[in-house]
Amino acid sequence: MALTREQLAQRVAQEFQDGYYVNLGIGIPTLAANYIPKDMQVMLQSENGLLGMGPFPLDEEVDADLVNAGKQTVTMVKGASLFCSAQSFAMIRGGHVDLTVLGAFEVDCQGNIASYMIPGKLIKGMGGAMDLVAGADNIIVTMTHASKSGQSKLLSQCTLPLTGKNCIKRVLTDLALMDIEGGKFILRERAPGVSVDEIINLTSGDLTVPDYVPEMSV
Amino acid sequence: MSGFDKVVTSYEEALDGLEDNMTIIAGGFGLCGIPENLIKEIKRKGTKGLTIASNNAGVDGKGLGLLLEDKQIKKMIASYVGENALFEAQMMSGELEVELTPQGTLAEKMRAGGAGIPAFYTATGYGTPVGEGKEVREFNGRHYILEEALSGDFAIAKAWKADRYGNLMFRKTARNFNPMAITAGKISVVEVEEIVEVGQLDPDEIHLPGIYVNRLIQGTFEKTIEQRTVRKA
Repeated sequence: MALTREQLAQRVAQEFQDGYYVNLGIGIPTLAANYIPKDMQVMLQSENGLLGMGPFPLDEEVDADLVNAGKQTVTMVKGASLFCSAQSFAMIRGGHVDLTVLGAFEVDCQGNIASYMIPGKLIKGMGGAMDLVAGADNIIVTMTHASKSGQSKLLSQCTLPLTGKNCIKRVLTDLALMDIEGGKFILRERAPGVSVDEIINLTSGDLTVPDYVPEMSV
Repeated sequence: MSGFDKVVTSYEEALDGLEDNMTIIAGGFGLCGIPENLIKEIKRKGTKGLTIASNNAGVDGKGLGLLLEDKQIKKMIASYVGENALFEAQMMSGELEVELTPQGTLAEKMRAGGAGIPAFYTATGYGTPVGEGKEVREFNGRHYILEEALSGDFAIAKAWKADRYGNLMFRKTARNFNPMAITAGKISVVEVEEIVEVGQLDPDEIHLPGIYVNRLIQGTFEKTIEQRTVRKA
């Protein structure tokens, strides 16, 4: 079975380590915050200018001056700090954020990512995504493995305009966890009940399949 | 003699000298920390042909969205413009020029503009449409593109508290682009929720010194929330 949104978020959360500063993109990445292990300290960075983002506020706590990168009202955890956008992107670009998780339309086996623009369709903008992929060393892309019509999103070369070049090393899809090394996807884990053949069929870029591919524990 | 006193008492005075075809650098992220009354004053003045650099372009009927109603904006420099139907229509019809700029690059372009740095190299956007036509240079085996600084005839911004000299404090994530925007304006106009007497702010707690501020006005704010998200008790 393909992973649900919640299972994807759970698997992302397994990448967290104690003491990590993490930037979570909008959508599934944000859900991963719900699965931070209780015995672990992880601090969430919101690129509009907050380190130490907490959960949504109670109704009476809502503050128009405190929002996340998706413009949603949020709270701050104890030990949080606030800063301007230049400072925020200095910590992103400067490689100080330990882990970045974001979505994409396509990823290819050169580590290129396309996530912000579909020509001919409305262009909304890249927001902070280009800075995040250019600045972070440790990035996980979360996405569906294929489109609804069964077209692979893991390609030998991205077809859409790029958000970043040669910057992605790990992709988590609803079917598989893959690394990108030496111009190839390497299958590391498969979703519970999903066969290696199914993943091979839906991966268009070069794929290396090790002898043993464990099931994810989600 | 007004010395360092930056306070003006009307919005008309605050934006005196703003003319057609000028460039404005604006603070704010979404509708958070936007100079909402200064934007309303630009609408009232009817200034046209404006180039505006701001992370976003407001929403329909709010923030910079107001300036689209009478087609006052010629060009928008922004990182994300997704929440605005009027914007979309004017962009599609070609009436509105849009220069999409990555968020961190936009912040740094404003910072550089205010800090006397004409351009800087960044890896952000290399190999993407953003990097097209820009100078590329390699440092330590990595590719970077040259991005030019941004400055404006005016900067408009919102802070939380100020003293009469224009020393500023911001509040929570309403800080966002405001400090850099202010540094990047030839004439920087800041509206705040509260103006206190000089000496009442602790110098250690001032986020941006008044040297960058030309005009200061106290206003009242709607503070529209774009996405009200709450959890149950």
